[in-house]
Amino acid sequence: MSEAPAAPHTVSADPLPGKDIGLLLRPPRPRAGWRLLPARVDAMCAVELQKLRHDRTELYTRAVQPALWLLIFGQTFTRIKAIPTDGIPYIDYLAPGIIAQSAMFIAIFYGIQIIWERDAGILNKLLVTPTPRAALITGKAFAAGVKSLIQAVVVVVIAAVLGVALTWNPLKLLGVAAAVILGSAFFSCLSMTIAGIVLSRDRLMGFGQAITMPLFFGSNALYPVSVMPGWLQAVSLANPLSYQVDALRGLLLGTHAHLAADFGVLFVAAAAGIAAASSLLGRLAR
Amino acid sequence: MTANVEGPAEAVSCAQLSYSFGATNAVDGLDLSVVEGETFGLLGPNGAGKTTAIRCITTLLPVPAGTVRVFGHDAAGEQMAVRRMLGYVPQQLSADAGLTGRENVALFARVFDVPRRERAERVGQALAAVDLEDAADRLASTYSGGMVRRLELAQALVSAPRLLILDEPTIGLDPIARTGVWDHINAVRAATGMTVLVTTHYMDEADQYCDRVGLMHRGRIRALGTPAELRRGLGERRRAEGTAASGALPTLEDVFRDVAGSGLDDKSGDFRDVRSTRRTAHRVG
Ligand SMILES: Nc1ncnc2c1ncn2[C@@H]1O[C@H](COP(=O)(O)OP(=O)(O)OP(=O)(O)O)[C@@H](O)[C@H]1O
Ligand SMILES: [Mg+2]
Repeated sequence: MSEAPAAPHTVSADPLPGKDIGLLLRPPRPRAGWRLLPARVDAMCAVELQKLRHDRTELYTRAVQPALWLLIFGQTFTRIKAIPTDGIPYIDYLAPGIIAQSAMFIAIFYGIQIIWERDAGILNKLLVTPTPRAALITGKAFAAGVKSLIQAVVVVVIAAVLGVALTWNPLKLLGVAAAVILGSAFFSCLSMTIAGIVLSRDRLMGFGQAITMPLFFGSNALYPVSVMPGWLQAVSLANPLSYQVDALRGLLLGTHAHLAADFGVLFVAAAAGIAAASSLLGRLAR
Repeated sequence: MTANVEGPAEAVSCAQLSYSFGATNAVDGLDLSVVEGETFGLLGPNGAGKTTAIRCITTLLPVPAGTVRVFGHDAAGEQMAVRRMLGYVPQQLSADAGLTGRENVALFARVFDVPRRERAERVGQALAAVDLEDAADRLASTYSGGMVRRLELAQALVSAPRLLILDEPTIGLDPIARTGVWDHINAVRAATGMTVLVTTHYMDEADQYCDRVGLMHRGRIRALGTPAELRRGLGERRRAEGTAASGALPTLEDVFRDVAGSGLDDKSGDFRDVRSTRRTAHRVG
């Protein structure tokens, strides 16, 4: 072994003239264990909001599709009266389904962002911070939830403009927000899980496109489960989107819903998604 | 502070560290010891295993218990403790182009648990330390390569790390930006006394700024010492062998060529290496 530094560096009198860097000499005190997770979620959500503030184009372009669904599909099928909706206008019935759909579309492609962050070295840097992998994924999942929530607000406003009679009860709206965030947490984790498997943006795009339509049509977003053929009912039963739509309908329209079961399924799905995505995050770091 | 009583502590120690990607032994029995307070340069040709070694030290790659220690903490068992002491700037330009400089730094203040009341001030100090105050509220996508590197330095400094790890901090930068990055590294180091572990391909930089260097080739350190020691060593050997070029003292680059064979451009450096290096030279975004 060779000797220690030949010429130990003398701390020069004032290496950064005129600058106070006193705080950079003290490492911040670690947060207590239970406060770590909310702090990381907060950090990831803050970044998501900052990005949205700098570039709102996505917010506008993503509003087009749901608006068309409600405007064209909704209004047409309201006139045809082909779908049994227990007496409510079809466009009203459709609105919660479209909220869930547009939130899901955002979340299902969220994994692209994590692959981009990996390719850009940003993910590596985040993984070298005191952030357990599960906390990072949870943070990302809720950040996707925040993005979806903003999208949901846009769709709610469009629906209200089109004359859909939605609730304005703040408690119920809080429930709507929770359902949107939990659903997006699940779908974004599904996306990040696939990202951890396929490891490439293009392949993830392909997967995303391949599963969004089956998830959408295999749910109660457009029509009630009762009109589906038996096999599709089974698909719908295993599809978290159906539970999200059921909860949103119950809260926004006051239809009969199974809120406890809906939120239970969404919560368990989100937790399972976080666990799966976290366990595969190591593949993205490699 | 933790290790032996006499002399400075060991900032990093690797004992027979190995890491393979499939059949590629990227790191192959690496022994490394970085002393607290020094600037240690890890040099070596493309594909020598520098980045892989650094990824092992930063807990990005899983290592067996006891092979890698950072200030006495095991990178396998005490990952959180290790990460809290590290500031890491990866090989790619890795600032988030969709955020401003300030937001980029604030993110790292948040994930290192800087309390809210001192966050803004600490972020401001980190930006000031790298002379980015004026550009702080612009999107990082508008930054030049040198500015991104300094921004990354600020991101790493905001948590007051004891060990700063820089993977090719000046790759793809113009000479002025290179000097700028090094000036800031040195100023901060002088002010804080932190340890610096850096990899580079630029022998002039290593000679000028590193207290000690380790020349890595095929996953292992093949020559170790101060730049002057290595130059002198090669000079003496050449004189003994009678192959010394007329009077000229060997440079660090000669030592590099001696260690890596003439393999600066052939053999070593497969396609992936060259590609990743090129990508690094691009700007963020
Ligand atoms: N993720 C990976 N998958 C497969 N092989 C890899 C991976 N990363 C590195 N390698 C291989 O490991 C070896 C060492 O690579 P590494 O990136 O550590 O070298 P390096 O010294 O940093 O080179 P450079 O100067 O080009 O950055 C190379 O042969 C490389 O091809
Ligand atoms: Mg490298």
